[in-house]
Amino acid sequence: MPDRAGARRPPRAAASSPARAAGARRPAPERLGVRKTYKLFIAGAFPRSESGRSYPVTGADGALLAHAARASRKDARDAVTAARAAFAAWSGATAYNRGQVLYRVAELLDGRAAQFTATSVQNEGLSAAEAGRAVAAAIDRWVWYAGWPDKIAQVAGAANPVAGPYFNFSVPEPTGVVAVVAPAGSGLLGLVSVLAPVIASGNTAVVVASEAYPLAAITLAEVLATSDVPAGVVNVLTGFAAELAPVLAGHMDVNAIDLTGVGAAGRGELERLAAGNVKRVFAADEDWAAPPGPRRMLAFTEIKTVWHPVGI
Amino acid sequence: MTWDYAPAPESREVVTIAGEYGLFIDGEFGPAADGQQFPTVNPATEETLARVALAGRADVDRAVAAARAAYQDAWGPMPGAERAKYLYRIARVLQERAREFAVLESLDNGKPVRESRDVDVPLAAAHFFYYAGWADKLEYAGLGPGPRPLGVAGQVIPWNFPLLMAAWKLAPALAAGNTCVLKPAETTPLTALLLAEVCQQADLPPGVVNVLTGAGDTGAALVSHPGVDKVAFTGSTEVGKEISRALAGTGRRLTLELGGKGANIVFDDAPAEQAVEGIVNGIFFNQGHVCCAGSRLLVQESVAGTVVERLKERLATLRLGDPLDKNTDIGAINSREQLDKISALSAAGDAEGAERWSPPCPLPGRGYWFPPTVFTGVSQSHRIAREEIFGPVLSVLTFRTPEEAVTKANNTPYGLAAGVWTEKGSRILWMAQRLRAGVIWANTYNRFDPASPFGGYRESGFGREGGRHGLAAYLDA
Repeated sequence: MPDRAGARRPPRAAASSPARAAGARRPAPERLGVRKTYKLFIAGAFPRSESGRSYPVTGADGALLAHAARASRKDARDAVTAARAAFAAWSGATAYNRGQVLYRVAELLDGRAAQFTATSVQNEGLSAAEAGRAVAAAIDRWVWYAGWPDKIAQVAGAANPVAGPYFNFSVPEPTGVVAVVAPAGSGLLGLVSVLAPVIASGNTAVVVASEAYPLAAITLAEVLATSDVPAGVVNVLTGFAAELAPVLAGHMDVNAIDLTGVGAAGRGELERLAAGNVKRVFAADEDWAAPPGPRRMLAFTEIKTVWHPVGI
Repeated sequence: MTWDYAPAPESREVVTIAGEYGLFIDGEFGPAADGQQFPTVNPATEETLARVALAGRADVDRAVAAARAAYQDAWGPMPGAERAKYLYRIARVLQERAREFAVLESLDNGKPVRESRDVDVPLAAAHFFYYAGWADKLEYAGLGPGPRPLGVAGQVIPWNFPLLMAAWKLAPALAAGNTCVLKPAETTPLTALLLAEVCQQADLPPGVVNVLTGAGDTGAALVSHPGVDKVAFTGSTEVGKEISRALAGTGRRLTLELGGKGANIVFDDAPAEQAVEGIVNGIFFNQGHVCCAGSRLLVQESVAGTVVERLKERLATLRLGDPLDKNTDIGAINSREQLDKISALSAAGDAEGAERWSPPCPLPGRGYWFPPTVFTGVSQSHRIAREEIFGPVLSVLTFRTPEEAVTKANNTPYGLAAGVWTEKGSRILWMAQRLRAGVIWANTYNRFDPASPFGGYRESGFGREGGRHGLAAYLDA
């Protein structure tokens, strides 16, 4: 994807006015469309923000598309609780099973490609061709990560030839609950590129969606909710990253945070907050269209080494 | 108290068997060039299931040419991420049509449907799923920078796990970017042909997978074909040696997965019930038609009496009969030829002085059957302790010390697999270091997983299938 969207700074949604393009009165359509209410995705359910707040999401032309929920600190904490509750089962599932579950996400996303393309066109102002390429890349990214759960230990693990009668091996294990601030400029592909590696390696996630482009994130949540991804493994918050990221960075039950979606200027303060419980912090600005490597998975794993004596 | 089982037959209606099957070359099914056919029979009933094309030299030429063209024009240049998606499709169709495959496998092979349903078919699908994930990650396989496919792979597989062996051969080869000509065993061609149909359903480009049914001559023509870059063979050590000789000096790549005479070693501290289950699974799984079968039980002398006694009690509960019955433990022997071989080796056990025991076990009137059999009083020099029987026949030997167990276990030209039963972890690892075998199962036996490499030492062959290491056989790096 020639990621124009990735380079462009999105308009700050809260500041944009819901003014209608080119004023004139429209004739009533023959059948009025039914609009979707975009809510949060926490513990497999779609609640509104407990704060009752929302914010307008506009298209590239400035027209109002929807009101997204504006998650609060409490919503963020609820999402962490849900992610923690889901961690034991998800990290304990076999790697083969996690791979199957991720592949099914790709299958379901493929079936909804047209919807995601239309959303990207509306919300992000991409051309239909650009949006189509981004959606295809997002589907393929799930496929790429679906192949990793049962391979990551074979690539990043080792049998260690220690100098003594011991069998010694090291395996990567998921670090726990990972907070992710999704890229601001790529509603679906950017989100998938930072989310899939976190759950592929067995972590559970709390994602703060792109502030300006949150619609794809909530629609993706609908895909996840009907896939085989267990409730709570992925939790999606929409709202203002400036409000939510500090809550997650300072949260004592979050094990790691991906600050990719936070501008370089904002990362320092969040990293200071993250130090409160020695969070693993990762941030990397990437070309989302390029093939990824395993570093995003490895950033959120711990290497565990086991010693066992050898002898009669 | 006796336990009676009502019949629980799986329906054979779930699969449609055609009267005739053609060769699968360049994406199409068609007859052999010279029109020859051979029958494939249900070993449980001796009925002919279908007539299958017998591939000759001209067909091998055509299949290899199709594979070469597909390698050059379609599969070789294709990005790994796209190859991956084809393999995922095949894995998914295998899962979706699992019941058909399970019934067809049991009909053609004679194995209990419980095993084909719970082991062969799901493992085959998992194998495609696992290697699909490698297709776009080859640079992470640790083999070196820029790994390249080899070209056309000629693959010859045995009759004991027909579909699973096809998956073991095709999935890594295709993931690595090779194209394949697969020759299934003469007595079990049907699931490979159904897999060919699955390749069509997945829209796999023509020529990427070709299936040549036939007998030994077909396989010999394939492996010695100058258009084949890589040969992979699973089968007897005898044929493996012939293939090695045929390829000598050609520079073509070869991997071999051959016979075995696995030692299943039970120490005195092993949990008895668990060990007995492991012994039964080790040798009676798939009628003992398993190259890694635990066909030699090495049991520590102090517990030998108890273990053998409990083993006999357990064997008396095994149910032998209709492979399509979901309660069946022991199915049919795959062929008359194999039954004759098992019978002859067992007779040698009698003649050499070992003591034969089988539970009371009525055999069906038609078909090929052999009761679960245990030989005690076996010594190292007996043929039944040295030669691969490839049937439901267990030879029991004893040992006193761990060193003696290792010596006896390694006293074989083979080296495919071994089992160790003990509660002591350090002893498991001590044994594992000394056993000259490619797979060591500790407190379990006959476990298989696509992520786990499998293959032998010494005359059990070379090369590994499964896992990251399984890719090495199909890549130039």
